[in-house]
Amino acid sequence: MPALPDILFYVFAALTLLCGVLVVANPLSRSPVTSAMFLVLTIISMSGLFVLLHAFFLGIVQIIVYAGAVMVLFLFVIMLLDLKEEARRKFKFFGIGAGLISFAAIVFIMLKSLKSAAPDANNPVGDGDTASLGKLLFTQYTLPFEVVSVLLLVAMVGVILLCKKKLE
Amino acid sequence: MDWNFIIFSLVKIAVVVGVVQGMVAYSVLAERKISAWIQDRVGPNRAAPPFMKYIPVLGPFLTRLGIFQPLADGLKFMFKEDFTPAGVRQIYFWLAPAIAVVPAMLTVAVIPFGSQIGNQHMVIADLNIGILYTFGIVSLGVYGIVLAGYAANSKYPFFGGIRSSAQMISYEISMGMSIIPVLLIVGNLNLSQIINWQSTHGWLVMYAPISFVIFMVASFAETNRTPFDLPEAETELVGGYHTEYSSMKFALFFLAEYSNMVASSAMMVTLFFGGWSLPFFGLDHVAGPGSLGLGIAHILIFVAKLLFFMVLFIWVRWMFPRFRYDQLMDLGWRRFLPLALVNILITAVWLYLRS
Amino acid sequence: MAITVNRKPLSFWEKLYLPAIAGGLKVTIKHAYGSLFQGKVVTMEYPEQRWTLPKNYRGAPYLVKDQDGSTKCVSCQLCEFVCPPKAIRITPPGQDGQAADRANAEKMPKEFEINMLRCIYCGMCQEVCPEEAIFLQNDWSHIAHNREEMIYNKEKLLALGGTHGGIQKWKHKLEEAEAQESFPVKV
Repeated sequence: MPALPDILFYVFAALTLLCGVLVVANPLSRSPVTSAMFLVLTIISMSGLFVLLHAFFLGIVQIIVYAGAVMVLFLFVIMLLDLKEEARRKFKFFGIGAGLISFAAIVFIMLKSLKSAAPDANNPVGDGDTASLGKLLFTQYTLPFEVVSVLLLVAMVGVILLCKKKLE
Repeated sequence: MDWNFIIFSLVKIAVVVGVVQGMVAYSVLAERKISAWIQDRVGPNRAAPPFMKYIPVLGPFLTRLGIFQPLADGLKFMFKEDFTPAGVRQIYFWLAPAIAVVPAMLTVAVIPFGSQIGNQHMVIADLNIGILYTFGIVSLGVYGIVLAGYAANSKYPFFGGIRSSAQMISYEISMGMSIIPVLLIVGNLNLSQIINWQSTHGWLVMYAPISFVIFMVASFAETNRTPFDLPEAETELVGGYHTEYSSMKFALFFLAEYSNMVASSAMMVTLFFGGWSLPFFGLDHVAGPGSLGLGIAHILIFVAKLLFFMVLFIWVRWMFPRFRYDQLMDLGWRRFLPLALVNILITAVWLYLRS
Repeated sequence: MAITVNRKPLSFWEKLYLPAIAGGLKVTIKHAYGSLFQGKVVTMEYPEQRWTLPKNYRGAPYLVKDQDGSTKCVSCQLCEFVCPPKAIRITPPGQDGQAADRANAEKMPKEFEINMLRCIYCGMCQEVCPEEAIFLQNDWSHIAHNREEMIYNKEKLLALGGTHGGIQKWKHKLEEAEAQESFPVKV
């Protein structure tokens, strides 16, 4: 009989994949709210995967940031805009091509990084400890961390610029 | 598999959930009684089982106190017609009350409600990211309200849902920022460790009073309690997000609101008022395996502190008028967020100078 | 012309809300203390305590009897006609129904029903009644287990209404008539 964490891994992985598929290709409903709710479920099952990897901090932050804040804003916007049910569209050749290329790129990057890092779930490195994660972020990875924050700032400034009706 | 662990965990879960449910039922009674006293009224004083009038002094006294009112209320909720209006979005309409209740009940899992009885720590799950866990779960609670507003497919619940989503996100940020000084001072995310720190160094409300004020006001906003009860504002939105609900589904929203109150009171007690510890009579150290009395005393202290904050929640409801929505946003984003940031800075500088 | 009301700028303490919070706490705790320990409650505990009704209170309409204990109503159906919420329903005795139980009256109602769920206590029936047979009285609380019980029939209305020994219109008319030399009708 396989160990409990293994079973849980398969459960959460299956849930993640299933809900992820249902976000974009739900056969029963085309409502944007349903898609958003399935995205929330995807995020929650992904945080379950993080917890199985002993990355408690990441798992919980995943829920706080994505499920608790970002997706609520998504819902807020969907409800405010009163989006109607989306009509089924024909697939365009260009769209399929672009999708496949970006998917391949993501798979390539993940494989490459996983190969070099080679994580072992049975032998976790830092036990997902908040303190060690913080130390890493503020010593070894300070530059990427700050660059990402600047990126977010740029995005915010850009949004405000786009939203303003006229510039003085 | 450690059967001992499983059995004790199940017992703890059963007890805690039962106690929280009881607290919810009786805080509804407390709400009605306190509101009555504040408004020069009597409050519920009739409901009683038939044999009560034969008990000489105690029976009428308990009846006048309204002790049996929650039982009658519960019974009424069960037997009311569960009406589903035409034109609602069925799945979400049925799902929303459950989504509202579950996070509210889950939050109490990480709160240490006592030190130790025998070898058992009086906490269901002693996570080393306890605070973050509560924040994560609380932030999921908003889905119940938003979905209820969306599912009802009518104007007022919709407004309630929209208001709630914006309000929750705004105040979650202030709330999260407000406890960072606490984490800086203690240096740990584990709630048991935070209480242990307070039992030796004194309550954190003395170290971080501004944090406490922001946290308290934000938790009023997070639980949709009165100065910030815009999602259900009776006078403008009829009942807000639960306008279209009836019977047990409506009761579940009430259950969620009051469970959230219990959870945030427990968080306030744990983070700022020393949890189960009292700074005198030697009540401030963890009870050893032998001292059963001390362990029980700790639980009672915790419950007493919790009840104090519950009464505060209720008292405030009957004292303040509701904020306007722009005032709410102004308070959250332009007053509390900068204040919380400055508070973090001051605490960090103070800690740096002290070290 | 629009008038601009200048708002007084808030002082520092007013902006902080804190004194206002303290004031609110003081007011509420004062009232809580008063109602808890000094018995200053405004609640009237209804079934035990009741209002003292004013003398000219107009509650539910009931049928009354005259001083001889006979029905005053003559089944003219004016009240049924005038009743705004259509709460009254009268069944007349018909061609060969029961005769009136008093002199000077041709007939009395076979059945007289007032639906107390519909009645609005407006008093139109009392205004319009030529026989002074229906009066608004002091009752304002009607309790029943179902809707049928709330429809009061003739016996119930008469029992509740009691005797009204006020102006006895037809008795005086009769006396006046008998006093005349040429009395048109044999009594």
